[in-house]
Amino acid sequence: MAQANPAMQKSLGYRPSLSQRLNEYWYLMKRYKAGYLFLAPFLILFIVFTVGPVITAIYLSFTYFNVLQPAEWIGLTNYRLLFLEDDIFLKSLHVTIVFAILTGPVGFLLSFTMAWLINQVKVRLLYVVAFYAPSLSGIGMASIMRIFFANDRYGYLNNFLIRWGILDEPFPWLADIDTMLGVVIAVQLWMSMGPGFLSFLAGLQQIDESLYEAAKVDGIRNRMQELWYITLPLVRPQLVFGAVMAIVNAFSMFDISVGLVGFPSPQYAAHSIMAHLYDYAFLRFEMGYASAISVVMFIMMFALSSMFRRMLSSRGEL
Amino acid sequence: MGTLVSRVTGLRRRNKVEKEPIGIYVFLTLTGAVMALPLYLMVIQSIKPIEELFLWPPRFYVMRPTLENYTDLVLAASRTWVPFTRYVFNSIFVTSVSVVLYVIICCMAAYPLAKMRRMPFAASIFNACLAALMFAPQVTVIPRYLTVAGLGMIDTYAALIVPGLGGSFGVFFMKQFLEQYPDALLEAARMDGANEWQIFTNVVIPLTRPAWATLIIWHAQTVWRDTWAPMVFTTTEAMKTLPLAMQTMFSGELVVARQGAAAAATFLESAPLIILFIISQRRIISTMAHAGIK
Repeated sequence: MAQANPAMQKSLGYRPSLSQRLNEYWYLMKRYKAGYLFLAPFLILFIVFTVGPVITAIYLSFTYFNVLQPAEWIGLTNYRLLFLEDDIFLKSLHVTIVFAILTGPVGFLLSFTMAWLINQVKVRLLYVVAFYAPSLSGIGMASIMRIFFANDRYGYLNNFLIRWGILDEPFPWLADIDTMLGVVIAVQLWMSMGPGFLSFLAGLQQIDESLYEAAKVDGIRNRMQELWYITLPLVRPQLVFGAVMAIVNAFSMFDISVGLVGFPSPQYAAHSIMAHLYDYAFLRFEMGYASAISVVMFIMMFALSSMFRRMLSSRGEL
Repeated sequence: MGTLVSRVTGLRRRNKVEKEPIGIYVFLTLTGAVMALPLYLMVIQSIKPIEELFLWPPRFYVMRPTLENYTDLVLAASRTWVPFTRYVFNSIFVTSVSVVLYVIICCMAAYPLAKMRRMPFAASIFNACLAALMFAPQVTVIPRYLTVAGLGMIDTYAALIVPGLGGSFGVFFMKQFLEQYPDALLEAARMDGANEWQIFTNVVIPLTRPAWATLIIWHAQTVWRDTWAPMVFTTTEAMKTLPLAMQTMFSGELVVARQGAAAAATFLESAPLIILFIISQRRIISTMAHAGIK
């Protein structure tokens, strides 16, 4: 009886033995049986479709596997080939990192700035929709963008620049190696104000007005100070969420680059890691190698996200 | 004087905003216009008749709006053996079923995570959820494909619906949302003798209702726009969803030949989501800040 009651155990003066602690766990698990039942559907799906695949991907990355034959263990070969001999992978690494650096922080700051600005005014709906709707664009917008950035003089951008005398002849934005990635980055930034943006809005909205009034009494004069000293610390959880979303979106970019400049992009100028993964997984069916690529992606995204979480999160929250 | 002005105009000056932030309004309007420009272009392109689509210099307005691009779209797509409406149906069906199941599963999972803190592994499960948010699901696409194939689900609706339900944003969000309500609400129900299921249906579900909008919109957006899952899991034309079908129809040379139809298709692809968002945006933005019994 005494062993089955966890509360009593806490008041014991000594550290309970392993079997006693297992008993406590078992007791708790039985007591919360209903909780596990509630969790069950999600947990099963989560393990089968998220956790399991991650573990499987890690395992597969050490094998040679082409779906037709059983997987063959080859150790670190995939990784060795990836980093030492695969030029296209290194190129895609470069593309992805450039892309991530330019769209991640910039997108993040853009989302927050717009959310903050919108929060300062009263008429919001139109702006919120205008900024959020692009993030809902599917692959179809790529064709619209292609018209916009079109290489010939029919493109809106070229037409605009020519009309205003900035250009003499149409510039092939989507075909030129150097500008190709730039266009993809611009479009991604346009689409980047998604859930992070919404969470900033929500977080900013919920800040108590009286805090600002109190701050005024304490001597805060302008919006900037208000932002730095009051607002930002209060929206830390939303900042972390926004950062994680930005990182994940930046590293998994693939669709828009395909829609804009084709697959593979000329000279792989806009070839992200995800594109490389797609290439090896679904065109060449080299699942082992593709798994190695996906593990690399996973590690990069997870490490960055965790780093940001540690940097930005306030103790005790999230 | 201040009170007189207030009484007459009915306006009260808020302490935070001393004067109307005209500068901010201007900036927001300009930026908003730039952001909305491509969307506007899409709408315009989709209602331009064929003579106006290729005018040079390209026009930002329509002189003779028409719906022929939309009819063209339905006809062109039906030259293949799958009618266009089938894609639309697929997308709507998959999205609706996904969303309903998603909300149910997330609410069920969030309840113990939020309220049963002494349950063993509750914290670990939540941390696993959080970790799952930190990488893109495409990383898992290969094993998922193998799993789905192994389960014999390739080319079924199940393959488009079920894997998405294993995503963790909903549980993560709902758990945080539920935590804002004091435990007292549940204690009161327990003292009245309710069992867990009754507590769930009569107390927890109503509490989660404001957050449903966010869950629904999030999952609907994710599922509707997803081109990876249908691409990988379906093999026949008839099972494709709308975005994927359009991707295959409109990439390459067809874009020039059928610009109007492409724009119409893009509109059909994005409009439902945008409308859904407009309807529920207030709910979405407020749920993050919902307070319980005070």
